[in-house]
Amino acid sequence: MSRRFMILMSVLIGWVVLAAAPLRADDASLVLKRLATDNYGDIEAGVAALAASGLSVSEAVLNALADSRLSYRPSDKALFIKDPSGRWIDAATNTAPAEAPSGLKSVKLNNRVRRALEAALGSMTLMSSDPQKRIAAAEAVFKSRDANTLAALDAVIGKEADPVVRRHFEEARAAVLLLKTDAPEADRVKAVERLGERGDQDSLALLGSVTEANATVNIVSAAKLAAKGIERWLALLSTAQNAWYGLSLGSVLLLAAIGLAITFGVMGIINMAHGEMVMLGAYTTFVVQEVIRTKAPGLFDWSLPIAIPLAFGVSALVGLLIERLVIRYLYGRPLETLLATWGVSLVLQQAVRSVFGANNREVGAPSYMAGVWDLGGFQITFGRLWIIVFSLVVFFALLGVMKGTSLGLRMRAVIQNRRMAAAMGIRTPVVDALTFALGSGVAGIAGVALSQIDNVSPNLGQSYIIDSFLVVVFGGVGNLWGTLLGALSLGLANKFLEPLAGAVLGKIILLAVIVLFIQRRPRGLFALKGRAVDS
Amino acid sequence: MIAFFFRKFDRMATGFVILLVVIAILVPVLNLAVPEGSAFHIPTYLVSLWGKYLAYALLAVALDLVWGYCGILSLGHGAFFALGGYAMGMYLMRQIGARGVYADPILPDFMVFLNWKELPFTWVFFDHFAYAAAMVVVVPSLLALVFGWFAFRSRVTGVYLSIITQALTYALLLAFFRNDMGFGGNNGLTDFKDILGLSVQAPTTRAALFGLTAVSLALGFLVARAIVVSRFGQVLASIRDAESRTRFLGYRVEHYKLLVFVVSAAMAGIAGALYVPQVGIINPSEFAPSNSIEAVIWVAVGGRGTLVGAALGAVLVNFAKTWLTGTFPEFWLYGLGALFILVTLFLPKGIIGAFASRFGRRSEGGAA
Repeated sequence: MSRRFMILMSVLIGWVVLAAAPLRADDASLVLKRLATDNYGDIEAGVAALAASGLSVSEAVLNALADSRLSYRPSDKALFIKDPSGRWIDAATNTAPAEAPSGLKSVKLNNRVRRALEAALGSMTLMSSDPQKRIAAAEAVFKSRDANTLAALDAVIGKEADPVVRRHFEEARAAVLLLKTDAPEADRVKAVERLGERGDQDSLALLGSVTEANATVNIVSAAKLAAKGIERWLALLSTAQNAWYGLSLGSVLLLAAIGLAITFGVMGIINMAHGEMVMLGAYTTFVVQEVIRTKAPGLFDWSLPIAIPLAFGVSALVGLLIERLVIRYLYGRPLETLLATWGVSLVLQQAVRSVFGANNREVGAPSYMAGVWDLGGFQITFGRLWIIVFSLVVFFALLGVMKGTSLGLRMRAVIQNRRMAAAMGIRTPVVDALTFALGSGVAGIAGVALSQIDNVSPNLGQSYIIDSFLVVVFGGVGNLWGTLLGALSLGLANKFLEPLAGAVLGKIILLAVIVLFIQRRPRGLFALKGRAVDS
Repeated sequence: MIAFFFRKFDRMATGFVILLVVIAILVPVLNLAVPEGSAFHIPTYLVSLWGKYLAYALLAVALDLVWGYCGILSLGHGAFFALGGYAMGMYLMRQIGARGVYADPILPDFMVFLNWKELPFTWVFFDHFAYAAAMVVVVPSLLALVFGWFAFRSRVTGVYLSIITQALTYALLLAFFRNDMGFGGNNGLTDFKDILGLSVQAPTTRAALFGLTAVSLALGFLVARAIVVSRFGQVLASIRDAESRTRFLGYRVEHYKLLVFVVSAAMAGIAGALYVPQVGIINPSEFAPSNSIEAVIWVAVGGRGTLVGAALGAVLVNFAKTWLTGTFPEFWLYGLGALFILVTLFLPKGIIGAFASRFGRRSEGGAA
């Protein structure tokens, strides 16, 4: 905004306000002198007059008053500002006087003066050259709804070129007009409509305060209509937000469960140590970040891409060891496998606790994971967005492995009929070992993602394991699409039940529903069709 | 009638029952009658500790009944145990009366703290011991009946059943953590004063509780044994070994499973009720899935499908736990984890089973 425009506008506002002021003030020192008193009413009027005066010093004076740094000399009513270093500055000339003034009395504040000050400072920043400051000032007026600012608002609205700032100005003006009983009815109805368009919680509260006591029937009915519109919009928004949270939780569940799904599908065993593979992945991320912090801090943003293959490798290796050392001796005994892998999970937890300690470890977020994307009240955090994208990438990569590689072909053959696959020359023990390593590796990758949204502690895996089981059981075995659908529907159901029933009760309801669901479809949503009696 | 319970008794079963009866008498005597300085004196804390082991042993016998003889691997038996414990805990809470911190004659302290004005319906008759004792059996049985009816009817078996039993106890864990459930939230029920008019802290009460637990374990063992050696038990074993074949032979598999599941849950509930006054607290962590899985390893260590082995395993593992967590706290989880792995790999029949197969068929218990 040009300087000339500023001056023009200051004069304009000054004229508007002063026209209504009981005392005419002609020059700067006269306006300033109105503050040199101990009468609160006079100070309050002086503040408004000063704000409207358009003087270049007025902002400094008002700020000084707000911080109790303003004093006056009773003899000639000259104002002095104490600057942060303790020097006195003549307010009218903005220069330090030759000798330190004596006999000063400070200009006192009470709550009414403070309110007037806030409104005055607010209306002055309405003319700031920084659009962000103008918006902030408009929001301040929206909250204070000080009728004194109306004139200033009217003046700036017409001149405002930035449509966003202009919208905020108009909303602020509407908020002021809404409860101004002496404003024309048509203006107030327009204000109601304007607030209805704004459509947030604040406008809803404002519209709710319109009653027969302070408005005509037309205004009240318009306010009710607008409030209903806002409520509908807010409900829609919260539904969208819930869906987003649900999707985000679902993607986390998908990451945690998908490795479990393939090991369960191919080998028919429940790997209770699966959660610990996730935990190992998270700790791998922690170690990678520690190394980067000490050796090459510049690479910090690359810590996650570096950690992903490493986490896959670590977890896959541990998984392979478990398979070779324990699980392969237990084939055909799924319940014993369950117990043995539970033992493995206890050992892994304790091992991590011995090495890294029992406390949570700090895993930092790279710059692209931080930040929020605000779409008109609908907030998308980048961290969640990346995890959703990442989980889908992992899902489709795994789907590609299952459908497009020779290992995938063998895995699917073993899922369908282990003995027939063996008869066809597929070396099922090798497939088992590789499947287990793959499933564990994917769990490790999940750990990298989870390290961004959850505490990295030895118990990390435990908190996901039951949910992952439910996803697998719900989605059905041997079908990755079932896992995807299971994870997303559990995530969504969880987040939609939370506001209705509370987080814990929602979870209990969900568990009960799944237990009942398993009664209906004991083999999950996408059951493999087969003719075997005992599958 | 008595003879029914002692049918097909072998030396191990006889020895086990006699042992239990002997310690039920001997331990209280050594605790109360022998002076404290004597080498034969058993301190009161040890009486309660071993009483706790025996309560666990009863839970293990209940679990062995369904897992060892019917192939139902329940990872939620801790839930039945904890429900029985809560029923007993509620009776004990009501017995505190006006001696609580807030001195309310009716409401337990936590309800006064939550600003509740009257007793919720779930608590109403719990000041009567007979009602509480009935609830100890009824509540777990009812849950087992409803849950089992759904699960067995739709033929949920194997690992699927294990997972949903785990989900069951997990759901109960979450539920009991809530204050508005009216069961004390995450602090649970504690600060007990009296049981049947006797102080729970008194050595005589503790000794009596120990004796009662030992006798209950013996009775539970007799009931479980009577079931498994009967015709009914033989059908259970055939369900365990070939469920479909049993069904094709015309047996209503789900009815057999349901009945044995309910009996087992009731037994677990009684074990919980005996456990609570001896440890002096019951809180939601008893519902933790890890507790239920730990109970499974007791059975596996002692010998699945042997009943005696289950009790033995419970006592041994818990004794080791007390010892290890006291002396080498960080090694307990390694030890427990290793136990899970080594027992499933190298001792599939457990201690009793390995013993039996090494020294020939001296007992018919080792049929795992």
